[in-house]
Amino acid sequence: MKHRLLVAILFPLLALSSAFAQAGGELRFYLHSDPKTFDPLLVDDDASEAIRYLTGGVLVRVNRRTQQAEPELATSWMTARDDRSITFNLREHLYYSDGTPFSADDVAYTMQRLMDPALHSPTGDSFRSGAGAVRTHVDSPTRITITFPAPVVGMDKLFDQVAIVSSHSQNKERAVLGPFYVADYRPDSYVLLKRNPNYWRRDAAGRQLPYLDSVRLGIQPNRDIEMMNFRRGEIDLINWLDSEYFDRLASLAPSLVHDAGPGLDSEQMWFNQVANAPIPAYKREWFRSTNFRRSVSEAINRADLCRVVYGGHAQPAAGPVSPANKFWFDAKLHPPAYGPTSALRLLQQEGFQLQGSTLRDRQGNAVEFSIITNAGNKPRERMATMIQQDLGKIGISVHVVTLDFASLLERITESHNYEAALLGMVNTELDPNTQLNIWLSSSENHQWNPRQKSPETPWEAEIDSLMKQQASSLDPARRKACFDRVQEIVVEQQPFIYLVNKNALSAVAASVANASPVVLRPQTYWNIETLSVGVQTARKH
Amino acid sequence: MKRTRQIGWLLLSLITLAALGAGVWAPADYATQFREMPNSPPSHQHLLGTDELGRDRFSRVLYGTRVSLLMAPAAALLSTLLATLVGGIAGYLDGWWERAAMGVADLFLSMPWLFLLLAVRAMLPLNVAPITSVAVTFLLLGLLGWAASARVLCAGARDLRNSDFVLQARASGVRGLRLLAIHVVPNLKPVLLAQFWISIPVFIISEANLGILGLGVAEPLPSWGSLLRELESFTSFGFEAWKLVPLVLLVLVVSSFQIVLSADEGYA
Amino acid sequence: MGKLIRRAAAMAAIVVVGGLLSATLVRLAPGFDVDEQQLDWRLNSDSVEALRQAHSQDRNVTAFYLHYLTRAVRGDFGQSRTLHRPVRELLAQRLPVTTRLAGLGLLAGWLCAVLLAVGATMARRAACDVAATLLSGIFLSVPAAVLALLFTFADAPAYLAIALVVFPKVFSYTRNLLAKSYASPHLVTAYAKGISPVRILIWHVLPVVGTQLLAVAGISVSIALGAAVPVEALCGIAGIGQLAWQAALGRDLPLLVNLTALVTVITLAANWGSEFAGQRFRTVAA
Repeated sequence: MKHRLLVAILFPLLALSSAFAQAGGELRFYLHSDPKTFDPLLVDDDASEAIRYLTGGVLVRVNRRTQQAEPELATSWMTARDDRSITFNLREHLYYSDGTPFSADDVAYTMQRLMDPALHSPTGDSFRSGAGAVRTHVDSPTRITITFPAPVVGMDKLFDQVAIVSSHSQNKERAVLGPFYVADYRPDSYVLLKRNPNYWRRDAAGRQLPYLDSVRLGIQPNRDIEMMNFRRGEIDLINWLDSEYFDRLASLAPSLVHDAGPGLDSEQMWFNQVANAPIPAYKREWFRSTNFRRSVSEAINRADLCRVVYGGHAQPAAGPVSPANKFWFDAKLHPPAYGPTSALRLLQQEGFQLQGSTLRDRQGNAVEFSIITNAGNKPRERMATMIQQDLGKIGISVHVVTLDFASLLERITESHNYEAALLGMVNTELDPNTQLNIWLSSSENHQWNPRQKSPETPWEAEIDSLMKQQASSLDPARRKACFDRVQEIVVEQQPFIYLVNKNALSAVAASVANASPVVLRPQTYWNIETLSVGVQTARKH
Repeated sequence: MKRTRQIGWLLLSLITLAALGAGVWAPADYATQFREMPNSPPSHQHLLGTDELGRDRFSRVLYGTRVSLLMAPAAALLSTLLATLVGGIAGYLDGWWERAAMGVADLFLSMPWLFLLLAVRAMLPLNVAPITSVAVTFLLLGLLGWAASARVLCAGARDLRNSDFVLQARASGVRGLRLLAIHVVPNLKPVLLAQFWISIPVFIISEANLGILGLGVAEPLPSWGSLLRELESFTSFGFEAWKLVPLVLLVLVVSSFQIVLSADEGYA
Repeated sequence: MGKLIRRAAAMAAIVVVGGLLSATLVRLAPGFDVDEQQLDWRLNSDSVEALRQAHSQDRNVTAFYLHYLTRAVRGDFGQSRTLHRPVRELLAQRLPVTTRLAGLGLLAGWLCAVLLAVGATMARRAACDVAATLLSGIFLSVPAAVLALLFTFADAPAYLAIALVVFPKVFSYTRNLLAKSYASPHLVTAYAKGISPVRILIWHVLPVVGTQLLAVAGISVSIALGAAVPVEALCGIAGIGQLAWQAALGRDLPLLVNLTALVTVITLAANWGSEFAGQRFRTVAA
């Protein structure tokens, strides 16, 4: 009897305390720079993107775990057969954080602003598949149709990046529909986000989300200090961890670190194939030779790069798409097998000969070139040094040159005064259509040979054709087939020599409940509405 | 003090010999990567362990000593000579010359020379040999590092200009450069030595920091500065005392220079 | 009064020349015209071209500088290209932070240096001198970045890192000047006559080395400011040093020109102040 009484008293108490444990609390983590803008339509840096994600209300949200589009402010949507227009049905009775009502007019206003060519919004450019104006038609306060001048494939997922701003709030972009709003900003110090009292989402029990009271985003560029403060309990999570720090933290507190597996990002090198680049003609001939590029690729020990540079928290990359991109990854493709002997054989087919310990071309020129990469990025510096050693085994002399980022950028994009470069690709989008500006030979970001008037090689012409086909196709299977063929060409021709796909590493304090790190950004706080913070250590001032 | 100077000379000689004989003493090439054992602790195979790429740290310290021990004192000498030239002559001449020279020195101290260094790097070919790149860096450091001590030398020369023995020398008919070279500059020795002594580690560390801009020593060639940069990270703060060897060497060399070059004076 | 006006005019002239020189240096450095945003593959060619046009506005250094001077006279120091904030606001916010940091660092550094140099010299023992030299050599050899990290981890104030950068340099000048002075014949006589070490220091040593020590004081301000860059950058302190580093990496011309002007003014003020103090010192000592 007494036992039953005890249970009858304790159980509700426990349930109540559990409920309270899921409410309130302040999540603390760092941004690595001041946000450049609070206008969600102009976001182009990590810090501003974090704030947009936490405060912006979007029509469609890509679930970072399933990688599928889910209804958010829109309850449903329908894409026209020609992929030129999309109709959204919106939720009713929603309000911005300042009490301004939300309606289809706000969506129209947002899209008109976003697609204004004078704004040069990176998000807007993602939708800009052709010349001409975007038209919006408001059918009712909860229904809107947006029509683009040309088909925009995969457009529903693109709306994940479009935070809907109010068309008539006095507070402009400070009035938000997301789980938090910007309450305070002290430059160089912090951004404080507070719970949006008008946030529309509720949990399964009907409680209004988010659970957290606030999110404090400190501004701290130094990763060492970030690590130190995480260990001291002054911050609750590190959204992205370097592999060295990951291992150090794992040795001290293994339960706090998370390796979500290969992320979307890749590291790659490429050779300068620009026709009028200020490099010797014989070197340009080497770089334009497919066999030369393939032999360099085969001579690089990717397994060693993953093990030594990333402590095993990376895997060899085959092509432009990481296995983390479940739909678009072509599982038939494999990273080139490491083989200095086969690499030399390929080179011999091109007339290169190993004389002593030096590889020479047909004209007798010793094969040597420089690789530039950005100084201060230790993994890249180390990879470049390892590649230097690997290529040394087949007689190629490599000079590793680390440059500050602005100098590096100037050489790659303007003067083209470089021979080979090693950089990484940060992929935030899943759909390869967002990478048109990399694969089209006429584009700015076609790094190895940008802004071609017409494709200079048959395989680049084929890639151009395939990318345009997938951009105008409505059939996902057909699009996949086109892009699979693009990936195959890239692996055959090696314009980018893909090296590794880094794992998504993060750290989350034990006090944070419901955290479930994934590979898509933002890895740790993608489900911010359902995160909560338990007992926190006292914050030092 | 004589004993102390002997010890200083001995240390300098030993370190120099070790550096010159790196090809003999080093158990491995400084660039060879033992990839199966990155970041390993000291062992009989690797006396100071290996670095993050599995390279033998002892070999890299030996070869790095060559680069830094040769280049840094040369650059320090250059900056000291320039400081003497500008500061010494300015203080000696006084008046408009002094004001103009010190104005230039102050301007030199305020300029963001980083951009000159970047421009020089941009002008150098990318395939320049690592030793050439580091030589250019130290040359630039020597050419740019004179301004601070020029001021101190100027103040010293100004004081000496009106001192009794200089007045006496002038009265005896000693003039111009001879007066400067024989009577003024030798009495500026304390400041000159201080400038030289300070510049060595400052230039070594600056060379390492300039690695961020693509100047300085290029991989795989090591230098003390690049080895010291291993310490600039949270992950290095463990009980890995062997990583401090380049720092210990630098302290020993710098202190030895100071002891050896100091005037043997004043002690009972 | 006339001298003061001439000095002020000279300072203004040097600052103006310095600003133009620094603008030229920044303009000539590679990477001036480019923006990291150009690598964002979402941007179409029109947007990339717009970025290029935005950066080409400051290409003509002379035009930029003249425009800058006419605005600066009215108190408008321009807008930071990298931080998108008025330069005036940035400087006003950050200058007190660096002033405090560098000021305390200088004080602490000088105190350690002078006490150690005087102690080592007056002790007249080789062992003391070697110990002091070794101590100074250690801090001369440890990179400022490592010191900054050490103090951050130890939760110690960051100004101590600056103090440890300033201390060995000031120590070496001070120690050498004192050692030379103590070797003078008249001091040997003073010791022989039984005059106390403190009296010797104050009446016979300091008057001799005072002007040069004051010159060292002037340049130590530049040393402290230089040390502030890595210390602030690594400790995450929002001061002028951190701003200078961010501006350099971003080729932020408006910000760099203003920072150069500020550093020039501080350097000139410190050095001229020490010169003036030196002249007064000589007069009093005589």
